[in-house]
Amino acid sequence: MEVLGEQVEIRIAAHPAYLCVVRAAVRKLAEILGVAEETIDSVTLAMEEALANVIRHSYGGPCDRPIIVKVGRTALKEAAGVGLEVVIRDFGRAVDPATIKSRSLEDVRPGGLGVHIIHSVMDEVEYSCPLAGGMQLRMVKRIGQAPGDGVTRGGTCHGSANPGEKRLWRN
Amino acid sequence: MSRLGEPGREEVMAELGFPPNGAVKAVRKQGDVYVLDVTGEVDLNRSVLLRETLLTVLQQKPRTLVVNLSEVGFMDSSGLATLVEALQLSRRYGGKLKLVGVQQRVRSILEISRLDRIFEIYPTEAEALA
Repeated sequence: MEVLGEQVEIRIAAHPAYLCVVRAAVRKLAEILGVAEETIDSVTLAMEEALANVIRHSYGGPCDRPIIVKVGRTALKEAAGVGLEVVIRDFGRAVDPATIKSRSLEDVRPGGLGVHIIHSVMDEVEYSCPLAGGMQLRMVKRIGQAPGDGVTRGGTCHGSANPGEKRLWRN
Repeated sequence: MSRLGEPGREEVMAELGFPPNGAVKAVRKQGDVYVLDVTGEVDLNRSVLLRETLLTVLQQKPRTLVVNLSEVGFMDSSGLATLVEALQLSRRYGGKLKLVGVQQRVRSILEISRLDRIFEIYPTEAEALA
């Protein structure tokens, strides 16, 4: 694991046993950045779903191949404001990003909910296929309107700085 | 009916053939009602353990299976999938599966997935067994 100021980079083997390690590290970084707890919950859930999809679909099951997770503050692309960004890079099977869609929730059956959950709780979700192979997922959760909003380094920020923010956890 | 776990209720995990695992702390039984005490974070790694226990208990075809989630602080979609599978299996023979003690984080993922409409959810075990 590498910590660079307000960013952290974690490299794990594609195995479910390490997911709790990534969740704990990202939660702690977000706390240091002063991100609201409900936002941290949303980000860790989306990240969990994305990592599970990498293990299952990109790599076809648990293995020793790498997954790289980068987390840090960033400017939102699609609107003004800042967010907590998670970038997940794998080196497994690449698929056309346009084919990554959530399924109908009317069909009640086990599995297939990960993509729906990611899109439900994150503000920006972007899949890409790097030239070097594999897949990359960038997702961002809004944490404030402008740099400095919604974050209090070393402190705890209660509630959302942005009334329009997607909220996962109710108070 | 009062709470399982009081005198007259059996701890049956060993009887079912396995010790407590990382996801299930205990299985309690009275007659054809079973209660599973789930613990910790139910993620891709640990939902396998929960599934194993649920499938074993469902082989007994309990009339009511109560899944106690009061000690579960995190659940991902693999945990949801496990619960949905158990619900469908129990319905197949006419049994009931009820969730109790659902914490806010778990309730939220149930709501996002619209599964809060599918499961019977009770605040407490006593209410689920009333």
